[in-house]
Amino acid sequence: MPPRRILFVALAVGLVGISGCGKAPEGRVPEAVALLNVSYDPTRELYRDINTAFASRYGQEHGRVVDVKQSHASSGSQARAVIDGLEADVVTLAVWPDVDAVAKSGLVKEDWQARYENDSVPYHSVVVFVVRKGNPKGIKDWPDIVRDDVSIITPNPKTSGNGKYSFLAAWGAVLAAGGSEEDAERFVTELYRRTPVLDTGARAATATFSQKGIGDVHLTFENEAHLEVGESAGELEIVYPSRSIRVDPPVAVVDANVDRRGTRHAAEAYLGFLYSPEGRAIVAKHHYRPWGDTPPPPPDAKEWPAIETFDITAVGGWQTAMKRFFGEGGVFDSIYAASPGK
Amino acid sequence: MSSSRPGMNDRHTPMIAFATASIASAAPSGTTVRRPARRRRPVLPGFGTTAAITSLVIGFLVVVPLAVLVARAASLGAAGFIAAAWTDRARAAYGVSLGASLLAAAASTLLGLVVAWVLARVPFPGRRLLDAFVDVPLALPTAVAGLVYSSLYVKQGWLGAWLVPLGVHGAYSYLGIVLVLVFVSLPFTVRVVQPVIESLDRDAEEAALILGASRSQTFWRVIAPAIAPALATGFAMALARALGEYGSVVFISGNMPFKTEIAPVLIVARLEEFAYAEATAIAVVLLAMSLSLLVVINVLQHKLSRNAVGAEK
Repeated sequence: MPPRRILFVALAVGLVGISGCGKAPEGRVPEAVALLNVSYDPTRELYRDINTAFASRYGQEHGRVVDVKQSHASSGSQARAVIDGLEADVVTLAVWPDVDAVAKSGLVKEDWQARYENDSVPYHSVVVFVVRKGNPKGIKDWPDIVRDDVSIITPNPKTSGNGKYSFLAAWGAVLAAGGSEEDAERFVTELYRRTPVLDTGARAATATFSQKGIGDVHLTFENEAHLEVGESAGELEIVYPSRSIRVDPPVAVVDANVDRRGTRHAAEAYLGFLYSPEGRAIVAKHHYRPWGDTPPPPPDAKEWPAIETFDITAVGGWQTAMKRFFGEGGVFDSIYAASPGK
Repeated sequence: MSSSRPGMNDRHTPMIAFATASIASAAPSGTTVRRPARRRRPVLPGFGTTAAITSLVIGFLVVVPLAVLVARAASLGAAGFIAAAWTDRARAAYGVSLGASLLAAAASTLLGLVVAWVLARVPFPGRRLLDAFVDVPLALPTAVAGLVYSSLYVKQGWLGAWLVPLGVHGAYSYLGIVLVLVFVSLPFTVRVVQPVIESLDRDAEEAALILGASRSQTFWRVIAPAIAPALATGFAMALARALGEYGSVVFISGNMPFKTEIAPVLIVARLEEFAYAEATAIAVVLLAMSLSLLVVINVLQHKLSRNAVGAEK
């Protein structure tokens, strides 16, 4: 069919011509920038929105097309992937030790925490309780969850960042209420004695609690709790304990990768965008609490529910906590070693 | 050919069985046989080429990664290795991994034999469909299987609603681990045993019956020796599959230390600490266990196939 083919060729040439016209007058070729954001599981929806908004903002300000790809898996395995060669331009991981591990490998410069406000933590969350409709067990605060008639769902702190934070929240809450270290140890022992299932990841624990109906209370991040409650069609509700740990997921530009790929400018702007008014509004929409004064409110309320928070330093800082609580033979292991036969 | 297969050596039985099965099914459609060329050349290239390809493939896919694994674990030194891989908790986890896998492989072999027999020998409507279903566990992401099984067997699940009141806990229990391991390993036993049953010489069975053997005698003296090597292979493959399984088990076992925690969970836990060498130490122990089991089974299978030859003669 020659006529049709001619038409096709003409169209193709025309298209090439048109796209060429756009470039020619500027005298340079604005190539598209591709960024890879290596993140952890629960941020999938958040970064989908962030990426779209950032692309249009960056395009307006710098006249360059930017395309951000995102990768999600458990935070620890993402850190290992980057260390082993996954070409991430930025990492946005769940816990400080994971970014620290990437930094220790030499890919991220040591001063990464000082590069952005709030020690490079653009938003935070808190550990809250999810309970069944009407809160039948009357769970209001930490002491309630270790009553004999309560069973608890929380993932394994050795394999899950969510699990680590739940452990640390419980420990810190005892200390903050004036308890001793021994009290805290007794409390977490009681807590895990009431945990019938130790899922390896946060989303698996959510499925165990919400879909399989196991347990009376599920310890999880506020943003995850909102997703879980939203999907339960009224079967679940959130309870805010009097105090909890502040969950600080840090972000960093992967220096070695951006310098090699020539993407530093876009990568730094991308993380900076998380602190901008536009970025903060998107963050809040996904139930993460944006950093800074007068944070934009969550989508379903006028302001964020008040909760007294402590951070990781209240339980000794990450390095100590990792070793003392979650390391081989640490406090968590000893909870189970004490009753091996059972 | 079919009568000689059970006598055929041993380790290669499954592959040959697979190959002949596919050839058998392909034969009717592919009957356009070319006239042999004047100088007959073997279909496949000679020994030199094939040996080179084989060792390259096995080397890159299996030996090199395993060598890296062992080298990483070896970097710990003897004391470090034992400290990492031989704790109370780790030993308990090996026990769970090994015990549940052995149970599952046994169950899978037994069930696989029944399923293979029915599929091979009993014509019934829908057999083709059932036959196709056997392979589903190979294609399904095993994590999905773990999730589905556990939601079936919890108190609110379809099966759990009946079983849990009877005291049968299929989710978050040892039983649950065995259940999913049977699920993931069943295709191996069925697919190894089925072609052997299909190729069994029915004349031998008829002859035995005509000569006055009872049905059980015919089974034990004629049929069983012929399929025993394939059963052993099926068991070995099922066991190997079960020992390495992670995705489905973590969703149904509950992962309680000392009770339902499998060794791969400990590997993941150590990786989370960025303790690569310690993690590989556990992997090496697991690997050593499965390798030695496979060797034992291979020896057993070798003996069985000799018996099979003897029985036929």
